[in-house]
Amino acid sequence: MAKSRSYSVLPGFGLSLGYTLVYLGLIVLIPMAAVFIKTAELSWDQFWNVVSSPRVVASYKLSFGASLLAAAINAVFGMLLAWALVRYSFPGKKIIDALIDLPFALPTAVAGIALTALYAPNGWLGQYLEPLGIKVAFAPLGVLVALVFIGLPFVVRTVQPILEDLETELEEAAASLGANRWQTFWYVVFPILLPALLTGFALAFARAVGEYGSVIFIAGNIPMVSEITPLMIITRLEQYDYNGATAIAVVMLVFSFVLLLAINGLQAWTARRTGRTL
Amino acid sequence: MSIVIGKQALVTAAPGSAAQTRFEKNRATREPVWVKRIILGLGLTFFTIFLLMPLLAVFVEALRKGLDVYWQALRDPDAIAAIKLTLLTAVIAVPLNLVFGIAAAWSIAKFDFRGKQLLITLIDLPFSVSPVIVGLMYVLVFGASGWFGSWLIENDIKIIFAVPGIVLATIFVTFPFIARELIPLMQAQGREEEEAAVVLGARGWQVFWYVTLPNIKWGLLYGVILCNARAMGEFGAVSVVSGHIRGLTNTMPLHVEILYNEYQFAAAFAVASLLAILAVFTLVIKSWVEYRTHKLGH
Amino acid sequence: MRFSVIPKTLAAALSSTLLIASAHSQTLLNVSYDVSRELYKDINPAFASHMRQQHQQTVSVNQSHGGSSRQAMAVAAGLEADIVTMNQSPDIDMLVSNGLVDSNWREQFPHQATPYTTTSVFLVRKGNPKNIRDWDDLTRAGLTVIVPNPKTSGNGRYTYVAAWGYALEKTGSDAGAEQFVRALLGNVPVLDGGGRGATTTFTQRGVGDVLVTFENEAILIAQELGSAGFDIVYPSVSVDAAAPAAIVKKVTERRGTTALARQYLDFLFTTEGQQIIAKHNFRPRNEDVLAENANRFPPVATFTVEEKLGGWEAVNKRHFVEGALFDQIMVNR
Repeated sequence: MAKSRSYSVLPGFGLSLGYTLVYLGLIVLIPMAAVFIKTAELSWDQFWNVVSSPRVVASYKLSFGASLLAAAINAVFGMLLAWALVRYSFPGKKIIDALIDLPFALPTAVAGIALTALYAPNGWLGQYLEPLGIKVAFAPLGVLVALVFIGLPFVVRTVQPILEDLETELEEAAASLGANRWQTFWYVVFPILLPALLTGFALAFARAVGEYGSVIFIAGNIPMVSEITPLMIITRLEQYDYNGATAIAVVMLVFSFVLLLAINGLQAWTARRTGRTL
Repeated sequence: MSIVIGKQALVTAAPGSAAQTRFEKNRATREPVWVKRIILGLGLTFFTIFLLMPLLAVFVEALRKGLDVYWQALRDPDAIAAIKLTLLTAVIAVPLNLVFGIAAAWSIAKFDFRGKQLLITLIDLPFSVSPVIVGLMYVLVFGASGWFGSWLIENDIKIIFAVPGIVLATIFVTFPFIARELIPLMQAQGREEEEAAVVLGARGWQVFWYVTLPNIKWGLLYGVILCNARAMGEFGAVSVVSGHIRGLTNTMPLHVEILYNEYQFAAAFAVASLLAILAVFTLVIKSWVEYRTHKLGH
Repeated sequence: MRFSVIPKTLAAALSSTLLIASAHSQTLLNVSYDVSRELYKDINPAFASHMRQQHQQTVSVNQSHGGSSRQAMAVAAGLEADIVTMNQSPDIDMLVSNGLVDSNWREQFPHQATPYTTTSVFLVRKGNPKNIRDWDDLTRAGLTVIVPNPKTSGNGRYTYVAAWGYALEKTGSDAGAEQFVRALLGNVPVLDGGGRGATTTFTQRGVGDVLVTFENEAILIAQELGSAGFDIVYPSVSVDAAAPAAIVKKVTERRGTTALARQYLDFLFTTEGQQIIAKHNFRPRNEDVLAENANRFPPVATFTVEEKLGGWEAVNKRHFVEGALFDQIMVNR
């Protein structure tokens, strides 16, 4: 991978990159290779039949569509929250700051159960939504709710440190040059936040695509309507169909990898454009 | 800079840290009151619906049958075994990922090389790998009919359906957290300070210890907290490789599932609430460290 | 004591042979399906005291529970089970094909190696407001039926098979049975992954007019969650869901636990074992024990998968593999 690099006076390149690659290889790449090698036991036709069956295709649409939407929702509201936590003081702030990480700590199954309890037709929130004709639990909307829940910390926690490190001088300069608050935000602050925001978006999206534990409780799991792709893998596994399971896994892996690569490329590009070293 | 104090009335008692006062007292970094209200209103509503209410649901359910049932659930020998196993897993997984995170961030942020984007993407990949697939992967490698399966059986070494498998799955799932927290931060900070230190004669570890580390410590801490929280809460991947043996290979999240499936809803949520409390506890430590450093700084 | 559980696990991970060879006390691992957990929680200590009294032997039995197929898969992948107790025979046959279980496992214990049986019944809301009496009622338009996903749950698979068998008898043709099952599945709004998930959806979330599940589950729900109010309805005919058990020979021979594993499974067929089984709402094989509990187990006409549908292998091939009938019905419903 790393062949040419511009000369740097800093030490430790060989050690740090070497260690990174070895650890990455052992923990991530070798086990992942097993998935690809297992899939290779299928012929191309068999592979294609598995990954393009109508139910599986419907599950891609739901999994990737809901994940993108959830990540977008999180990007907007996550940034608002990060902004509020860094810039404003309000009662209960410390507690809220602490609770942002909750979706990580709560086992996904617990999150799924708690969300279902809230949004079921007889739940705290569901009982008010049901008369309005809004069905959350046991419907595709429930998938979205669960994915928003598990993805939120990614955006907040990537944007927050950047906001905290932001020097006020930049904004002061902008203000003294006559920019209004919105202009200052849009032309000065936002471009600095954008790389972190994109990272958060990418992570929230990536996490959502593979999510299983929480979604399974709230989705309803009706074929063609509310089945997510990880469920398609599980169903195949439970029929001892390792090859079919790995085939779908490969599609998910490749698709997420390409999307992540694109988003990381975009992030690098925005970072470069705003004049930051990379 | 003119500091307008009169309009601060809206910001009530809550003693904000120096940072907020810095922002809110400074006209250049302050929004109009109505904008602030909208941001706070939207942010907090979102927070309430998506985070606070599920959390409240957990605690309400946990305490539904009273404190006695709550304590009983946590004192159950199987629960204690699960708590110990979860802590053990976190204690192994987090430091390993911490070292990796620093190494990866250092090489990526401080040097230019080809394939960097690819490397970053590969580091992200474990996020997008479904926990279900993670379990499957380790079964394919270490399972009885997997790559090392027969060798492991011959030598009587257990990886999956034992503690090593649980630790491995946890490491995989929490793999990117610290690296991903540090990379953007270290990129944003550039490399001038370190270069200056080297020019002034500092050695490798000195540069890292005295120049880089102080700059990244908050990001690092966030990363560790996230990594730790996720390590303790992971369910799907661990579920596949654990074997679910009561009192032996059940982690806390798996124990929650067992209790839930036994219709012991209150006990299930009690153990779940403990996980939530553990997460909040780590955040308290963070705040305390922050406060100490702040005080020492002055 | 459980305090030393982690070092113990680590030690076991490093050298399990040492532990087993050295100790007088032997351990067994019973890998079982989802809803048998309460049963074996009672069976295991009873078996331990039986062994202490009759054979002066110290034994401890560990238990592991999860979806039947998933558990079987874990055993195939190396989970060191001495005994498997499942809810459907294909999960054990799969282990035969991996060389873990003897191919004649059915002949090694009475009743085709099934210590107890149960059947699929209906659980309805108190007073049976929708007047649900038999399988026909489940296909009524506008009714909602909760069943676990037949693809991931043995419970769900038995339900599907029971409905199919009923319709086959009634209409006399496969086409009629298919139409019937299609109408029934059309009333299903949620497919939970396992039996317990479906129970929660029905009882805690208030979704559905009727839950189709195993009799032992239905009785347990009526007992445990009785306050909310549910009634059990027995259909005119249902499926015989006998739960098979087998010794994982390949593991027990390596660990030297074959004899003990046999004693464990034999214990399930003793009067004591059968009484514990009956206590947990499974229908015991022992006639006397069954008669003692007759008030809890009303007679119900059942058919076996072998009689009516030619065995599990044929059923899975025709109905449940990828793209088979169940998938076709669900995709175009």
